[in-house]
Amino acid sequence: MSKNRVSRRQFLNYTLTGVGGFMAAGMLMPMVRFAVDPVLQAKGESDFIPTKQKIDEITTEPTRVDYTFEQVDAWYTSEESGTAWVYKDDKGEIVALSPVCKHLGCVVNWDSDKSNPDHFYCPCHGGLYKKDGMNVPGTPPIAPLDVFSFKEVDGFLYLGKAEPR
Amino acid sequence: MFNKIYDWVDERLDITPIWRDIADHEVPEHVNPAHHFSAFVYCFGGLTFFVTVIQILSGMFLTMYYVPDIKNAWESVYYLQNHVAFGQIVRGMHHWGASLVIVMMFLHTLRVFFQGAYKKPRELNWIVGVLIFFVMLALGLTGYLLPWDMKALFATKVTMQIIESTPLIGDYLKILIAGDSSIVGAQTITRFFAIHVFFLPAALFALMAAHFIMIRKQGISGPL
Repeated sequence: MSKNRVSRRQFLNYTLTGVGGFMAAGMLMPMVRFAVDPVLQAKGESDFIPTKQKIDEITTEPTRVDYTFEQVDAWYTSEESGTAWVYKDDKGEIVALSPVCKHLGCVVNWDSDKSNPDHFYCPCHGGLYKKDGMNVPGTPPIAPLDVFSFKEVDGFLYLGKAEPR
Repeated sequence: MFNKIYDWVDERLDITPIWRDIADHEVPEHVNPAHHFSAFVYCFGGLTFFVTVIQILSGMFLTMYYVPDIKNAWESVYYLQNHVAFGQIVRGMHHWGASLVIVMMFLHTLRVFFQGAYKKPRELNWIVGVLIFFVMLALGLTGYLLPWDMKALFATKVTMQIIESTPLIGDYLKILIAGDSSIVGAQTITRFFAIHVFFLPAALFALMAAHFIMIRKQGISGPL
């Protein structure tokens, strides 16, 4: 018998709190795990999406490449479309730029502003990017256009994920 | 740690009398199973409440995934049950709890009836209890449609035929509840969802509050 005797009331308090806590946890644990499931879902490796653009038809002039892919959003599967601006740079390397403006997310066009030829132009707030996607200082965008990873399969261009530079 | 926080709050707001008034009251000998084992019959009211709490909690979590729409309802239920961790458990709790709450409520009603505990001065509490019983049945009925499978659809079609057979106002009543004179569809499922998760729980909370306030005010009925 130790010096600190546990009184009957203390003993009952501890055991009842313990049993009650165990039961409450058993009830709440499945529900909480259920609720946080999206956070813990394994991120699937993003696949490369095929486009209709042939690699040897890519020129030094940026061309618009549209592609579609199947997007699985829990119980909702849909056909989504996307766009990339693709060209070969001076070294002959392929560059695929995201058309999403880094200012507020509008869609940029190549060479569509008469006063700024050979630039990517955003019609929403007049954002400008040079051919390599670098934003022109003094216009709204604060970062260069995102760059797609890509690969060649059977002569066709496959696009990966657009990453910020 | 917990005691210190409690004391800090209690010193300022004097909360002890509040919870004492709710939770700290003597259990009479004839209600305590430790004295008379047959007193376990007094548990059914509390068990009804306990299962109701589980229903409310699991229902709240289910709405994180469920969509009340004819195109997505079944798909979202299939997804939450088969692709979300513990989905089967959480939906299972709500599914089985729905039946259990009716069973517990029925046993509680039998106890009160056969002990004559509904007699003066507790008639009002009996009436409120019967209203709770109706609300629970309505919750079961509206919840049954929500998974939007064949069983749910045809059960609700039968429900509509029963409602339609009401004298004089049957047709109007059916349109009011189904949202359409002949279709059990898009409008029906949104109505049933709204009734199931907002209107009936609100009514249930009010009635349960009245039920509990009355039992505290009047105390439990005496020994047989």
